[in-house]
Amino acid sequence: MGMFPTISTATPSSLTRSNNLPAIHLQNVLFAYERKTPLLWIEELLIDDGTRVFLHGPSGSGKTTLLGLIAGVLRADKGSVKVFGKDLSRLSATAQDRHRGAEIGYIFQSFNLIPYLSVRDNIALPCQVHARRMKRITASTLDAEVARIAERLDLNGCLHRPVTKLSRGQQQRVAIARAVIGAPRLMIADEPTSSLDRNRQEGFLRLLIEVCNEARATLIFVSHDDAMMSCFERHISMAEINRVHS
Amino acid sequence: MRVLLRLAVLSLKSRMVTTGLTLFSIALSVLLLVGVDRIRQGAQEGFSSTLSQTDLIVGARGGSLPLLLYSIFHIGTASNNISYSSYEHFRDHPAVLWTIPFSLGDSHRGFRVVATDDNFYEHYRYHKDHGVTFTGGARPEGIFDAAIGSEVAERLHYHVGSKIILSHGLENISLFKHANKPFTVVGILAHTATPVDSAIYITLYGDEAMHIDWKDGTPPAPGEEIPASKIRKEDLHIEDVSAFLIRTRSRVDTLLLQREINTYREEPLTAIIPALTLQELWSMLGYADVALSLVSGAVLVVGLLAMLIALYTALNERRKEVAVLRAVGLHVRQIFILFVMESTLISAAGAALGLATAYGLLWLLRSPVEVHYGIPLEMVGISSRVFVYITVVVVAGSLLGCIPATRAYRNGLIDGLNAQ
Repeated sequence: MGMFPTISTATPSSLTRSNNLPAIHLQNVLFAYERKTPLLWIEELLIDDGTRVFLHGPSGSGKTTLLGLIAGVLRADKGSVKVFGKDLSRLSATAQDRHRGAEIGYIFQSFNLIPYLSVRDNIALPCQVHARRMKRITASTLDAEVARIAERLDLNGCLHRPVTKLSRGQQQRVAIARAVIGAPRLMIADEPTSSLDRNRQEGFLRLLIEVCNEARATLIFVSHDDAMMSCFERHISMAEINRVHS
Repeated sequence: MRVLLRLAVLSLKSRMVTTGLTLFSIALSVLLLVGVDRIRQGAQEGFSSTLSQTDLIVGARGGSLPLLLYSIFHIGTASNNISYSSYEHFRDHPAVLWTIPFSLGDSHRGFRVVATDDNFYEHYRYHKDHGVTFTGGARPEGIFDAAIGSEVAERLHYHVGSKIILSHGLENISLFKHANKPFTVVGILAHTATPVDSAIYITLYGDEAMHIDWKDGTPPAPGEEIPASKIRKEDLHIEDVSAFLIRTRSRVDTLLLQREINTYREEPLTAIIPALTLQELWSMLGYADVALSLVSGAVLVVGLLAMLIALYTALNERRKEVAVLRAVGLHVRQIFILFVMESTLISAAGAALGLATAYGLLWLLRSPVEVHYGIPLEMVGISSRVFVYITVVVVAGSLLGCIPATRAYRNGLIDGLNAQ
């Protein structure tokens, strides 16, 4: 079945980072919230470093669960979840959290921002929490880096405004900035365009992909809207990789 | 850690109203707790230092506490007077070093009038070894001379040379005024921070002269008044005093003399040792202190509960915030710390605010309280009891913070990055 490859579709990319490790490698992963009703069972999933992946599937197909496993907030009951070679199931909870903070930029559907921090502080937060992300900034200071990224995302006018004063589109762009600062190797965007109107969606998507390419990050983009599929090198359907069928 | 602290502070600031109200309620309870304690200790030290170097206070037979209060602190009135002959008997007693007689009962615009003699200016001591001194003028010598305390001078804008009319009795608006016998201010006493400041001192002769034409406690009928100009010291005969202070030659003498006075056959008298009577006062006030502390403790519990409610109800709104923090890489333990920090910050700030307000109010109210109620308050440092209060508030605040923090911790685990 399937017009999309389900396993081990390594799309070579000119933007791949130097090491050859796959970004994500899941093997025989089983996950269940309740013991007898497994939610997710993936025999193998391999995503190469630097790939732009479109992950789609109906709600309830396990997209969010898969993201939780990759991000290290959920722990697989069986099998191994390797992110940049690190087997998350062998890491302590704290080490998982640290790994996530250092290597993953996460963009939510909406409500991406801490309401009591300014735009500048929201963007800078990952670097303040994680030394590894702080080390990777290209500008000389954190403030300069924030300014550089804000400039890139056309946000420099609102750096010192409270986040509640921003439009939806601006808020989502701040979310990109926060996800991309300190060059995490993996960007996960969980339906980031669903709170935007049609004509904003395209602009947002283009910007996100550009920024990911510049940072040479792997991108996992989750959406149920197949219209955006064409922008991605690789398409993964949950229905096809998840052996558990609801 | 610094990031967390900053997040906690900013988060609290963003919920200004609830944070402010919670902080206020905790500050209020700390203010009460500390205030009660400070006033107690301040009053104790104030009272204790009002009179020093006096071994015995003697008055007519009666309670020891009332005697101490009316003779030294100008609170209440003497039930009876002592005959001057009894006073003379003990004044000339071989065990006695010096005595200070007081005759009380008149007032001037709410300030008490104390008739005494030169011994007061000579021997009266407060704050261990401070004596009474003058900022202007000299001690009263003539019959109608008066010296006024610093507070009296300041409040009524009197200066040396002012004429004052004394009233019979202690009411602010007295029915009987000694209008035909005005006194002249001849001296202004230096500030002492004791009840001396709010008293007017005249001579025993002056007190006698005011009442020379009175009969059985009523003023003279019109036409029977004796004008001030016709009164001479030689005509005056001092009949009684209200109380007197005694300094004995030795400690042993004090106890013997006290016994001798209490069993004096000529007249029923009471002699008290001021320090012991003060002790009596404190044990009486102890009950009030305990009751007030219990009430303040209850207020504190309410304040802390208010904080708990405020933090707990905010939890649901903050699930998304927690998800974002988790996404950025904070672990659930850090989320826990963040929430505990918030409650600790609130309780610490509340405690600090309450403490500062308590001392501020104490400083501000010190002089009015002394003037109006005659209760001297000393500024006292932070006692171990206050230190315990503050520690309890902050520790209780952080412990209570663990409840919403645990909830946030669990939410963080369950929601993961998924609290949309």
